[in-house]
Amino acid sequence: MLNSSLDNREKERRLFLSRMTAAFILVALLLMTLLGRLFFLQVVENERHEARSQTNRLEVLPIPPIRGLIYDRYGELLARNEPSYTLSVVVERADDLESLVQQLSDLVEITGEQEARFFDRVRGYRRPFEPIPLKVRMSETDIARIAANRIFLEGVQVDAELIRQYPYGEEFAHVLGFVGRINQEEVRKLDVGAYAGTRFIGKQGIEREYENALLGVPGFQRVETNARGRIIRVIEKQAPKPGANLHLYLDRELQQFAYNLLGDQRGSIVALEPETGGILAMVSNPGFDPNLYVTGFSTELYNALRDSPDNPFLNRAIRGQYPAASTIKPFLGLAGVDKGFVTWDYSIQDPGYFQLPTDDRIYNDWKRGGHGRVNMRKAVAESCDVYFYELAYKMKLEAIHEVYDQFGFGKETTADVYNPFNGINPSREWKRNRYGFSWYAGDTINLSIGQGYMLTTPMQLAIATSVMANRGKWMTPRLLMHSNDQALLDAIPEPPPDVHLNDDSNWDRMHLAMQDVVQGSRGTARASGMGATYDYAGKSGTAQVIAIERDENNEPVGNVPEQFRDHAWFMGFAPLKNPRIAVAVLVENGGGGSSVAGPLTRELFDFYLSRDLKQ
Amino acid sequence: MNFTEYVRQLPQGSMGRQQSLWTRVHIDPYLFVALLAVALGGMVVLYSATSGDLGAVYRQAVRFGIGFLVMIVVAQFDPRWFQQWGGTVYLVGVLLLVAVVISGTQAMGARRWLQIPGLIRFQPSEIMKLAVPVMMAWYVSRYGLPPRYRDLLVSAVLLMVPVALIIQQPDLGTSLLIACSGLFVIFLAGLSWKLITSFVLFAIAMAPVLWIWVMRDYQRQRVLTLFDPNADPLGAGWNIIQSMTAIGSGGLRGKGFMSGTQSQLDFLPESHTDFIIAVLGEEFGFIGAVALILLYCVIILRGMLIAVRARDNFCCLLAGSLTLTFFIYVFVNVGMVSGILPVVGVPLPLVSYGGTSIVTLLTGFGLLMSISTHQRT
Repeated sequence: MLNSSLDNREKERRLFLSRMTAAFILVALLLMTLLGRLFFLQVVENERHEARSQTNRLEVLPIPPIRGLIYDRYGELLARNEPSYTLSVVVERADDLESLVQQLSDLVEITGEQEARFFDRVRGYRRPFEPIPLKVRMSETDIARIAANRIFLEGVQVDAELIRQYPYGEEFAHVLGFVGRINQEEVRKLDVGAYAGTRFIGKQGIEREYENALLGVPGFQRVETNARGRIIRVIEKQAPKPGANLHLYLDRELQQFAYNLLGDQRGSIVALEPETGGILAMVSNPGFDPNLYVTGFSTELYNALRDSPDNPFLNRAIRGQYPAASTIKPFLGLAGVDKGFVTWDYSIQDPGYFQLPTDDRIYNDWKRGGHGRVNMRKAVAESCDVYFYELAYKMKLEAIHEVYDQFGFGKETTADVYNPFNGINPSREWKRNRYGFSWYAGDTINLSIGQGYMLTTPMQLAIATSVMANRGKWMTPRLLMHSNDQALLDAIPEPPPDVHLNDDSNWDRMHLAMQDVVQGSRGTARASGMGATYDYAGKSGTAQVIAIERDENNEPVGNVPEQFRDHAWFMGFAPLKNPRIAVAVLVENGGGGSSVAGPLTRELFDFYLSRDLKQ
Repeated sequence: MNFTEYVRQLPQGSMGRQQSLWTRVHIDPYLFVALLAVALGGMVVLYSATSGDLGAVYRQAVRFGIGFLVMIVVAQFDPRWFQQWGGTVYLVGVLLLVAVVISGTQAMGARRWLQIPGLIRFQPSEIMKLAVPVMMAWYVSRYGLPPRYRDLLVSAVLLMVPVALIIQQPDLGTSLLIACSGLFVIFLAGLSWKLITSFVLFAIAMAPVLWIWVMRDYQRQRVLTLFDPNADPLGAGWNIIQSMTAIGSGGLRGKGFMSGTQSQLDFLPESHTDFIIAVLGEEFGFIGAVALILLYCVIILRGMLIAVRARDNFCCLLAGSLTLTFFIYVFVNVGMVSGILPVVGVPLPLVSYGGTSIVTLLTGFGLLMSISTHQRT
């Protein structure tokens, strides 16, 4: 009994020991596994995990550069940067976005539109952890309210940033353009590195043309962050390189004067400095407030502007294309005499109409009954159509096309005007390509008075006028005068070849003919030239929009609806000797060039020349 | 004299005169020193894991104080005493678990706590961590080893009741530990290898059933995450990616005390509780982690030795089960933090911040010391 019990105990012992041995082996194996795993992670794969822990804690944050400033020729600031406080939300860090936005709108005023735009951007394409702006330009009170409630607003941040500000608003809107928020289409195209931390991009005008230079180069700071993205310390910092500052030829006072001169008339004024080709003023009326593109339009306002029949977003100076009308005559006349088709003494008897020998169509002069005996000088001064019909008939299309081309019509000659239209300087091929018809002699006749197929922008006419004033010497028309970025100045292209005449005295004689327009006894615009203290030259133009019934002085009969009224043109330069300014003025549907655009030109010259005299 | 007899003789023989003092105060010196070393080292890591929160370290120290006190007190009792009261404590524990189901306090999505009005809140499952092995060891060893099949069946039921009650709380980690403690008893008692093999095969066959019907979504998610943490690196995979990164970036020597970027910059979640080994691994490197595991080895080996030398079957089974369960603690915790096991809520024993688990663990070591120092007289 005792023996068997002892035997039993022995068996139990053996059994237990064998089980403990098995357990021991299992434990040993599993512990080896653990140690092996730790060895693998810490020694074998150490570098990989080390790298990951570094990327975890180290973050490279961009520091956006300061956008370059834009000045006028006298150093007046036309586009500056000012601090603005933006309320934004990092969606990834917010628990419940809807209720957070609700909470924020209890603290600061957030319009339904801002909210809608915010959620659009949240749902649209965005980088993870990118702060999405909810409200820009917060007031001091707003900032204080958010700051006081900060701890309840996980994921909300208030960022100070510099935003673009245009102190002269609509007066410079078309020439400077504006910056706006980078949109989704632009995000896909642009260099993400160059725009790190930057939310705005030049959309139009100078801001767009010189976008790369104005932008600058972003800096970076390497920071250590914790898991919630809060910066613990800055490890390394590289300062951003600010964008280039631009000094333009624009004359702030002249630009403003020109804009206000047009008042509530639609139109454009472009002024150049013939000696340099610098653009002194480039006005399109009506304008709009470019600052709204920076801070955000309300939809109603934007739609109202977009749908306005006055089309304020159209930059008429470079994208409004109009028949040049009679303003083209000095250029055609100059080529006519220089190439020997007529002489200064050659004259015709103007019956008030012209007829091609091959055609019985009548081409009327604007003045019924005609101008009597007309030579070149008188034809320019009185804007005699028949004289130029006949000249054009002699010259034929090719010679006319060539002279128009030499003065820059139908092509882009500006260096840094963003996205201009080129007008039309028609040719045989052009007409065939465009309409599928061959060129008719009658088309040439129309071309002689700047009608028919020919179209020009105010900028192109101003440039041609400037070349005329400069006696054929081309200077590249441009806005940029100088900059701290020399590369920009080096990038200004060479101008087209100068206009060479066989006889240089023809320049002076054409200038005198153009002086007669404003200061001669029978000039079409003599009323606007009266009392000028300086000699100047000009040429009016009245571009037909549609054929309307007219009296013997070419005045429309009855009450013509505004959109069918003629466009009023005037071009000119002053003073006559050593001209300092060349101008093209267009008033859309303004009526007669001499009576509407002429006086505006005179006022502009008075202002520019007299103000300079004061200095 | 064969090996078995030698081992049986060993306690009396090796203790000798010098160690009789330890025996008289019923403290096992090897266990005691190793436990103290883990506790002190753990508090150093805890100080860093809480970014220098002395308050937390102080509270942890108080728990250790209570724990060691309870351990020493428990060690004074003769194992026979646990044998007698094990069943009662087990019954009370089961009743309390049922009470939790009926009127437990909910916290963090689980119903685990029982609130005694005016008194503390506690988890009845902690009682079961000790009551289950005591009860099982007693029940299985009543008629000698190996146990009869009838007793095995009953003991399986005795095990399944508390495990089921705890699983539904849900508390996967604790139920896993308790299930292990019971299974270890049955295994050590001599369940035939044939049965063990068929159970393992059955378990493998049941795995899909568990997967589809028993496991909850978040549990399935954790298993999936184990295989591909990068599937959802900012969500389910975050914890495991960050803890592996923390351990891995520590390298051989570590980044230095208080200098772990993963833990100090809060990339590592739960850095002072379940994931504390990652802090150790990051700041003290492979050397530090191995040192801690070696300390655990000392404890486990000593526990196994106590089990082998214990005076009767009950003591053998209880000591063996407690020791192996302690190992499971270590293995599951380090395994999940280092990314070879799915994430189950098992703290790193004696290091993770947290009250009840320390006291329960040290009470368990009190039982071991009692077994170790109360030899047959």
